[in-house]
Amino acid sequence: MADIIIDSLRHVYSEGTPFEKVALEKIDLEIPHGQMIGLLGHTGSGKSTLIQHLNALIKPTSGSVLVDGADINADKKSARAVKFKIGLVFQYPEYQLFEETAYKDIAYGPGNMGLSEAEIDERVREAAAFSDVDEELFDRSPLELSGGQKRRIAIAGVIAMRPEVLILDEPTSGLDPEASENILRNICTYRKKTGSTVIVVSHNMDDIARIAERIIVLSKGTVAMDGTPAEVFSEPEKLREYGLSVPSSTAIAMELIKRGINIQGPVYTHDMLKSAILKAKEAERC
Amino acid sequence: MLKDVTLGQYFPGDTIIHRLDPRTKLIVVVLFIVALFQAQSWLSYAAVLAAAVICMVISHIKPKNIFNGLKPMLIVIVLTAFLNMFYTEGTPVIPGWIITWEGIDKALKMILRIVLLITGTFLLTYTTSPMSLTDGLEYLMSPLKKIKVPVHEMTMMMSMALRFIPSLIEETDRIMSAQRARGADFESGGLIKRAKALIPVLVPLFVSAFRRADDLAVAMECRCYHGGEGRTRMKVLRMSASDWIALAVSAAFLILIILMKKLWSGV
Repeated sequence: MADIIIDSLRHVYSEGTPFEKVALEKIDLEIPHGQMIGLLGHTGSGKSTLIQHLNALIKPTSGSVLVDGADINADKKSARAVKFKIGLVFQYPEYQLFEETAYKDIAYGPGNMGLSEAEIDERVREAAAFSDVDEELFDRSPLELSGGQKRRIAIAGVIAMRPEVLILDEPTSGLDPEASENILRNICTYRKKTGSTVIVVSHNMDDIARIAERIIVLSKGTVAMDGTPAEVFSEPEKLREYGLSVPSSTAIAMELIKRGINIQGPVYTHDMLKSAILKAKEAERC
Repeated sequence: MLKDVTLGQYFPGDTIIHRLDPRTKLIVVVLFIVALFQAQSWLSYAAVLAAAVICMVISHIKPKNIFNGLKPMLIVIVLTAFLNMFYTEGTPVIPGWIITWEGIDKALKMILRIVLLITGTFLLTYTTSPMSLTDGLEYLMSPLKKIKVPVHEMTMMMSMALRFIPSLIEETDRIMSAQRARGADFESGGLIKRAKALIPVLVPLFVSAFRRADDLAVAMECRCYHGGEGRTRMKVLRMSASDWIALAVSAAFLILIILMKKLWSGV
């Protein structure tokens, strides 16, 4: 279990210099174990800064981050331990690959945890299976693989630490639709099988709408919206104000309503749109 | 932590000194350094110091910025002063002591010389953007093209290197964070362990540096870059009246310092 509580977190970059910049201002959040969260926000809204606080890569200027009631920045030991508990996959994670073989690269994280060879091997195979890395690729150099394969290896490298919370920063950016689809599906499977918390940062509304059960919107370093996808996507004007848009299916539904077609209930995925249109058709018939 | 690294810092401004042609500034700095090394008497040192202070005031550069830049040189300055103090023959301060009045005199002048040397070059880099600096260098070194020195290529590489330093620092920061998230530990352990811990940072950094270089080369070729032959510039360097005045004043200053050395070599 890993319940995260963020308590009046504030972060200022280069404090006391002319380049001072407030990145986060009074963030209060509770993330119970097992939630699937979509973190949205315009560029520069503080998303990346926030997620780096969750595993103690960045220390808060003031306020604290508690995991299971304990302050993760209490001392050096806990700041290191929390990195294995809360796995963070950076944007373009393939740029961090460095080992000669894919297998060794996935094993880097578990190796740092000080596990036995057998344990490491088990975790590498498990993580590879979760993120669709074929065992045939284990002996290949990561540098000679395709972009999608590299990305999956890098994600496996974090999953291999068996984190209780998995955070992914823009996991699908720069990939073709098929590769993005695969990665999103793998993330969902991982969560279903392990029951861990997953936080996905993105500005692709369609991706977030499909997988998240809770959406947090950041704007200018503060939490601007926090709720279910139905709640958040029902306020397109507000989203636009924060530099975001609605998912394509919501946009289509809104357009249809404008043209007098009776679309009922919240619509934010393709499936919901399809059934809403069919229902409207059905109602028109008699 | 890596963000604190500054190289060739430039403080944008709009003073006369900022607006001078980079070639002028380069020549003036060279003249200044020559004058500095010609100075022997305290009077001539005072003149050089005054010149540096006047330039600082005109260019609105705060003394704080100069001192910050001097910090890394502190060891060199102290060591030089120290050695000069002990290894100069003359009349001892206290009979039988190794420290002489001449030694102290020489040590103080040495400190002043190093400080002024650095101040002069700092004033150049603080008031001139790296791009115009390399432009100026290319122009001044262009006679070397006659003996087949690839001046254009060298200055082009210099400006590209300057351009990519901040990007690479940012990249290093990002890769270090990513590896730290996978449990990398850069802070603890002995020298060998720490050096080994850097491998996961250096390998991706090199890979990305090569990728960037490739991309840049392709982007330049797409825009028909083919070296310096017949290449025109967006910003054409032009000498204005103030440039000629600055050069004349500096030359006169150098002659003055040399005259001081010749006339009052005893002072």
